[in-house]
Amino acid sequence: MTIKARVDSENGQTGGWNSGWLRSASGKQVAGQALIYLLLLAVGFMLAVPFIWLVSSSLKTETDAFAIPPSFIPNPIQWSNYVMGLTEFPFVRSTINTMIIVVWVLVGTVLSASLVAFGFARVRFPGRTALFILVLSTMMIPSHVTLIPQYLLFRELKWLDSFKPLIVPSFFGGGAFYIFLLRQFFLTIPLDYDDAARIDGCGTFSVFWRIILPLSKPALGTMAIFTFMSQWNSFFEPLIYLNRFETQPLAVALTTWVQTAHGEGSMHYVPWVAIMAVSTLIALPPVMVFFLAQRHFIQGVVVSGMKG
Amino acid sequence: MSAATPAASNGRRRRMSRLRLREAIDGYICIAPWVLGFIIFTAFPIIASFVLSFSRYTILDPPRFIGLDNYTKMVSGDPLFWQSLKVTVIYTALLVPLGTVGGYLLALLLNQAVKGVGFFRTVFYLPVVTPAIASSYLFAWILNPEIGLVNNFLASINIEGPQWFASREWVIPSFIIMSLWGLGGNMILYLAGLQGVPTVLYEAAMLDGAGAWAKFRNVTLPMTSPVIFFTFLTGMIGTFQVFTGAYVITRGGPADASLFYILYLYQNAWNYLKMGYAAGLAWVLFAIIFVLTLISLRVSGRYVYYEGAVK
Repeated sequence: MTIKARVDSENGQTGGWNSGWLRSASGKQVAGQALIYLLLLAVGFMLAVPFIWLVSSSLKTETDAFAIPPSFIPNPIQWSNYVMGLTEFPFVRSTINTMIIVVWVLVGTVLSASLVAFGFARVRFPGRTALFILVLSTMMIPSHVTLIPQYLLFRELKWLDSFKPLIVPSFFGGGAFYIFLLRQFFLTIPLDYDDAARIDGCGTFSVFWRIILPLSKPALGTMAIFTFMSQWNSFFEPLIYLNRFETQPLAVALTTWVQTAHGEGSMHYVPWVAIMAVSTLIALPPVMVFFLAQRHFIQGVVVSGMKG
Repeated sequence: MSAATPAASNGRRRRMSRLRLREAIDGYICIAPWVLGFIIFTAFPIIASFVLSFSRYTILDPPRFIGLDNYTKMVSGDPLFWQSLKVTVIYTALLVPLGTVGGYLLALLLNQAVKGVGFFRTVFYLPVVTPAIASSYLFAWILNPEIGLVNNFLASINIEGPQWFASREWVIPSFIIMSLWGLGGNMILYLAGLQGVPTVLYEAAMLDGAGAWAKFRNVTLPMTSPVIFFTFLTGMIGTFQVFTGAYVITRGGPADASLFYILYLYQNAWNYLKMGYAAGLAWVLFAIIFVLTLISLRVSGRYVYYEGAVK
């Protein structure tokens, strides 16, 4: 830690919080700081209001929620929104659907992306560079270009209304982006480990399984968090592949529930407080993952340039 | 190497090559999942979707080749295509600059704060991890004309609020407000960029007598320009493909005023079963994104500063 700090200061890097360009050693400093906090609080308040409204209104009676002027404190607290959200809306079934998809995609992505990335990072074979460039170039193709033939393919296979169209592709490399990320990480592990293991009689695949994977837990963890987040929020693909209410994951099931129960496009007769209760429950797992793994998560976002 | 006797070097080379061959086979086994996936889920669909875009295919009947008809219909016979393009371009043209500037200002502010950075960062980033489905319903209600939070608040101070998602003029601004809630996504990247600017540069600038603005203009901005450009480009590609909010809240309405491009593609493919036409729409989208990326890269050469790049 101390060594790192010294190296940083020698390079003139701070990485600390107080490297701001506005800060100067003048008497205005205190006033400046106060202004900064005032602005931060104002923006923070504006960004927090929708979130507070989501949670508070999920605990309100409908008349309370529509009150003028609006109030943020539910009075009385009405838990029955959650009861409705958990019973009239098939919450448990939809959550199980989501979890099945999430877990299988996680397994498929982590296993196959790491194996492929290992191949590109640490095994030598003819055509490696060219193939890796091909991997990278697939990132340029918008998913919608391949979507329709993929849909027709899964339709031919009679896979519609099953989880297979969502799960099976993740076992085939898990996406170019993750292959790229993991390859970059694998490249930072010294090759001496591989050599030592090979001298001890390990083949390529035991090097992968016994040496590289255990050393890559941080990278795999970041990848798992990202995969969880994107699968939990996934909407378009489940929407086109899963038409039956019983098979739909949370996000799609909620729209189906709202639309079938209350008619398309009608904004007036929807039990908003119940929708807010279900929405709060849907938002809870990603928010919790974010809180529990915040440092890890933000670092991953910054390194990979991904936004959530 | 070449000094060794022919027999010995030959033998060694053969043994080496056998190991190499073994390794190469292992390598191909490692990447086999991706190769298969590439063929099945990328290469074949690309070709198929390209062919489809020149056909009429409604799933019920076999596909029929119709040449350029899909594309000529888009350009000359389909006002909804132009409407969806217009809606998406306006949305992108407003949201991406606002999100970039807003996120950057927020990151600058946060970078000045001495304490509580972690707290504010969490508050600013929380909307980004909120699922799109939750934020869509949340904003559909907050901006509901009759019973929403904003108009109820405005009513309490005797102002009549706009019709938001229900109005042709306000529906795009409403979507932009909703999307700007996720400003923290850009902010977190800018903050990392700001913290990576070496302090020596500021010290040197100070010795040269630079004030706060000069330091910002000549040090901070150039040093963080790569990350600004990155978020600008990825933001543009992302907003062009927006779908969930429009599907959940407006379904393209009122009067197609929020008919986003991907929503129109979805309707063609899965409501009207015009698979060929939808494939054509997808290719046009690809072409637009490709051209936008090329233009951005060209323009960025002039304004983006890459440390270590040889000019």
